[in-house]
Amino acid sequence: MDSADPDHVIDVVGLTKRFGDRTVVNGIDLRVKRGEIFGFLGPNGSGKTTFIRMLCGLLTPESGTGSCLGYDVLRRQREIREHVGYMTQKFSFYEDLSIRENLDFIARLYAVPNRRVAVDATIDRLGFTGRSQQLAGQLSGGWKQRLALAACLIHSPQLLLLDEPTAGVDPKARREFWDHIHQLAAEGLTVLITTHYMDEAERCHRIAYIAYGSLLAQGTVEDVVAGARLTTWEVSGPGLPALAEEIRKAKGVEQVVPFGNTMHVTGRNEAELESAIVPWRGGVAHRWARVPSRLEDVFISLMGQGRDNFK
Amino acid sequence: MRFAFHRFWAVVLKEFIQMKRDRMTFGMMAGIPLLQLTLFGFAINADPKRLPTAVVAGDQGPFTRSFIAAMRHTEYFAFTREFPTQAEAARALELGDAQFVVNIPEDFSRRLLRGEQPSILVEADATDPSATGPAIAALQNIAQNALDRDLTGPLEKLRAGRAPIRLQVHARYNPENITQYNVVPGLMGVVLTMTMIIITALAITRERERGTMENLLATPARPLEVMTGKILPYILVGYVQLTLILLAARFIFDVPMVGSLALVYAVALLFIASNLAVGITFSTLARNQLQAVQMAFFFFLPSILLSGFMFPFRGMPEWAQWVGSCLPLTHFLRIVRGILLKGNGLTEIAPKLWPILLFMTLAMTLALKRYRQTLD
Ligand SMILES: Nc1ncnc2c1ncn2[C@@H]1O[C@H](COP(=O)(O)OP(=O)(O)OP(=O)(O)O)[C@@H](O)[C@H]1O
Ligand SMILES: [Mg+2]
Repeated sequence: MDSADPDHVIDVVGLTKRFGDRTVVNGIDLRVKRGEIFGFLGPNGSGKTTFIRMLCGLLTPESGTGSCLGYDVLRRQREIREHVGYMTQKFSFYEDLSIRENLDFIARLYAVPNRRVAVDATIDRLGFTGRSQQLAGQLSGGWKQRLALAACLIHSPQLLLLDEPTAGVDPKARREFWDHIHQLAAEGLTVLITTHYMDEAERCHRIAYIAYGSLLAQGTVEDVVAGARLTTWEVSGPGLPALAEEIRKAKGVEQVVPFGNTMHVTGRNEAELESAIVPWRGGVAHRWARVPSRLEDVFISLMGQGRDNFK
Repeated sequence: MRFAFHRFWAVVLKEFIQMKRDRMTFGMMAGIPLLQLTLFGFAINADPKRLPTAVVAGDQGPFTRSFIAAMRHTEYFAFTREFPTQAEAARALELGDAQFVVNIPEDFSRRLLRGEQPSILVEADATDPSATGPAIAALQNIAQNALDRDLTGPLEKLRAGRAPIRLQVHARYNPENITQYNVVPGLMGVVLTMTMIIITALAITRERERGTMENLLATPARPLEVMTGKILPYILVGYVQLTLILLAARFIFDVPMVGSLALVYAVALLFIASNLAVGITFSTLARNQLQAVQMAFFFFLPSILLSGFMFPFRGMPEWAQWVGSCLPLTHFLRIVRGILLKGNGLTEIAPKLWPILLFMTLAMTLALKRYRQTLD
């Protein structure tokens, strides 16, 4: 089973997890190549965290097989843990330990060579120089995230599993974070990252969308958008809120999203959507134009489908 | 990949830092021994019956039998053994097999009949005065009345006036019947039980409650490394408490210490480890810190009540003695009192160690089995 395919750092088939009689992750197949930044998206409670926990051996899948870094996910969890950097969704370092003590603890656990140097370098890179004695619990939310990320990189893992690493992080730090991730990926590190931000999804090489435990779409952002086969019309003009109320009821209209001074009307069936907007298109008050669907429209549409499947 | 020292050491260092930061717990660890020492300076009285008594009967005549019967009749004494020589009986006393030894001299009947008021020597293990006190009080009556039915007719004059026999009671090990002598060494066990279990139960539950467990589990640290790494700092804490109590015993309560302190410290290691293992087991069962504390008390209460610390062990009903015998504190108390007050050495205590060892092994196994490596 080990290292079936050396190119794929994550290669799992039919991974399933139940809590009681609820299936939280439902037969997920996923392959992630070395050096790839893979985005994992989905609504709250869709099973993203659960899936990641199964990958690094924190939860035992009910069924499914596969490998992570060439090690069997069901049997070789110990080896997997050695080479994975896992950043939990909730801050899980010791709040009563200082920044340095936390980093030092992790570095010792992984037997990082030249521990002191590695810890100092991490502290410098984070910009914590001079306040490394501060307790982790006293850091602001965003800084905790940055500390956690730095800590899971300290043992130079081959695979990073990041569970919403940028939640609550300011735009500048987010950009730095993504630059850093891309740089590491270029050096061969593989990254699986969950996020709720669309702009971050677009920074990934490939993405997957999961809802209610099932994988609904995967591929590059373009693939996913194209695969959803959505039609979107943009409308501008006066009285948009009233128009939205009306048009929402029309058959074929799935989403009506206000967008600054314009509004996006989206549907899955191109013909139905066009006939739905006919009554308003004739008027002179509004301007209508076909625009490309956005990732967010796709996700919201997928979410609706996912719920249908789930029932 | 086996037990890795560097990971164990990482956990040890982390625990020490956290202990240092947690002022409250730190205070509790020093405060509890002092508080309890103050509280238990007072004695708690009870009235234990049927204490094991050995006889050295130099004289087997009817007077002896009557005397023994009268003693049995008080219900304080249960005659369990008979020894041919005084030396062997004394040994039983030392080992704690007998609480009393009654010596009937060879010329007892002869001297009684001659009206010479022969003496009977009763030796008592008075380490726990509350256990022996009422029994010794009852003895005084016997001397006067035990032989009333034998001394009739012409012998009746023997019991006119002074008592026909003279009773000598030797309280051994604690001749002045000072309760603190018994309570203070016992406190060592009680304090260790209380703090060790609560602190370890909290130490692991806290990781789960704060979410740090997820991180710890995602690292290569193995259960045994985490567990031993968490235990080691608390063993040291246990020794600090032990030392505090020994110092108080010596310099505040003037408890005599005849035995070897090194032996006390050595036995304490087993006892501390047993309690830590119990604490860890609790922490794997508890969902939050409150539950962990409740479980610790669930274990602590029977320990303090049924171990012979609060009430004399032999005064308890049989079921309670049975429960008490399963608790490590019961055995630790006997051993420590044996060492400190009676001067027991390794040979005397070795046979009493196995219950603690067994308990420790079981608790450790359970703790390791229960320690989950996943979040399931
Ligand atoms: N230990 C558990 N016991 C029972 N149910 C659980 C457990 N962990 C997660 N769940 C349930 O499984 C579902 C998926 O949870 P999960 O945390 O994987 O979602 P998520 O996709 O990470 O959501 P979010 O975006 O909010 O982080 C949720 O409905 C959650 O309630
Ligand atoms: Mg999550």
